[in-house]
Amino acid sequence: MTTVPLPYRVTAVSAETADCVSLEVTPVGRALPEFSPGRFAMMYAFGVGEVPISVSATGDAHRLVHTVRAIGAVTGALCRLRAGDVIGLRGPYGTGWDLDAAAGSDVLVVAGGIGLAPLRPVVRHVLGHPGHYGGLQVLIGARTPEDLLYGAEPEHWRRASAQVEVTVDRPGPGWHGSVGVVTTLLDRVDWRPDRTAALLCGPEVMIRHTARALLARGLPARRIQVSLERNMRCGTGHCGHCQLGPLLLCRDGPVVGYDRAQPLLAVREL
Amino acid sequence: MTGWPLLLDTLPQVQRDRLFTLADERDFRAGSTLFDEGDVADRFWLIRSGEVALDVYVPGRRAQVVETLGPRQQLGWSWIFPPYRWHLGARALGPVRTWEFPAAEVRELCMADTELGYELMLRCAALIADRLQATRLRLLDLYTPHGSVPS
Ligand SMILES: Cc1cc2nc3c(=O)[nH]c(=O)nc-3n(C[C@H](O)[C@H](O)[C@H](O)COP(=O)(O)OP(=O)(O)OC[C@H]3O[C@@H](n4cnc5c(N)ncnc54)[C@H](O)[C@@H]3O)c2cc1C
Ligand code: FES
Repeated sequence: MTTVPLPYRVTAVSAETADCVSLEVTPVGRALPEFSPGRFAMMYAFGVGEVPISVSATGDAHRLVHTVRAIGAVTGALCRLRAGDVIGLRGPYGTGWDLDAAAGSDVLVVAGGIGLAPLRPVVRHVLGHPGHYGGLQVLIGARTPEDLLYGAEPEHWRRASAQVEVTVDRPGPGWHGSVGVVTTLLDRVDWRPDRTAALLCGPEVMIRHTARALLARGLPARRIQVSLERNMRCGTGHCGHCQLGPLLLCRDGPVVGYDRAQPLLAVREL
Repeated sequence: MTGWPLLLDTLPQVQRDRLFTLADERDFRAGSTLFDEGDVADRFWLIRSGEVALDVYVPGRRAQVVETLGPRQQLGWSWIFPPYRWHLGARALGPVRTWEFPAAEVRELCMADTELGYELMLRCAALIADRLQATRLRLLDLYTPHGSVPS
């Protein structure tokens, strides 16, 4: 693993929503090791700064895809990149989703907003390994229909056997789908607490509420994995910026078992 | 998950049967209105299939959908408390199949069989708590950067 950013060239930019883009990047010279689903890169917009961004497509070391939402200086700069621009990349960092732990189980994916980005590789992986897992249920929550990521891809997942449910908080006039928070979808799909592994990513409040709803329906905390965000600087477990109690989330996370995360998330300031 | 509506999911069979003696199967065509805001809440439904949108009428605008309900979910709790008026409107988004329950009879049954009444009210209270919690979460506008309360 290198801690020095390697130059990567932007080879494709696709606008996902008004403030999100997916960037496809390929190494200018040496490539980073392969990223597994759930792990992240430190992306360096030259002259602006560096931020952690998860991989939103995996499986090809020479081509990485990241989906970035513009919320501030660095992510704003990343979202303004054009094909041909060069950025710096280091990684892979963090723990990925423990897909081995989910083998043989049904997989329940719950994503809120940009949280679908690190879960997209999971969905693709599960669909690409029929027989390794049971059923696949994907629950997606977004603020408005315009904020939904990845265009028609969820429809492809549906056609490829996944149960996919989408809900929005604020429907527009043309929206005929579900309205309400993502937890309300838990009762709409067929999942069984005794044979399911749940993977959650999204705003932390959504994660807490979804996890509680899953526990209430009988899913044990150790069968729930959550991806947590904290501000990160080094990504390598040295600066302490990403601390959550005893965990350094760049190193011990971002994916953490809910049995470990639950007591930490209940504490107001750690 | 069982195939039962959530209200009845873990209700003992005898109590479920007793409640079901009051139920009618009732289907709605796509686009039909189940009730309007302010109407008398004299029944409730358990949705078997299809989707129902709950909306609020805003003068000068289209009705705003605030939540959708689907299979296994309970439609309506305003029948439990006086003044028994719907707080929201409800329309069928597509064809909807339901079991329909008459409110007054269910309330009477709850009074006569307090054990069943208690069980049923516990479930209805949990449903109301869930809806309250969901509403609070949406008020937070979670998906804005920072996932927190608008400042
Ligand atoms: C492990 C990990 C994976 C991530 N994956 C993605 C991803 O795939 N796509 C994506 O768009 N974003 C992702 N993020 C979030 C992304 O790193 C932040 O949005 C980014 O750091 C903001 O930097 P900025 O300079 O653009 O904004 P800033 O100008 O630094 O901040 C703008 C506002 O956002 C807040 N903020 C900054 N960083 C974070 C953070 N990490 N979490 C929550 N709020 C923050 C700031 O406090 C400030 O209020 C991930 C974060 C982590 C920790
Ligand atoms: S970001 Fe520096 S310790 Fe985690």
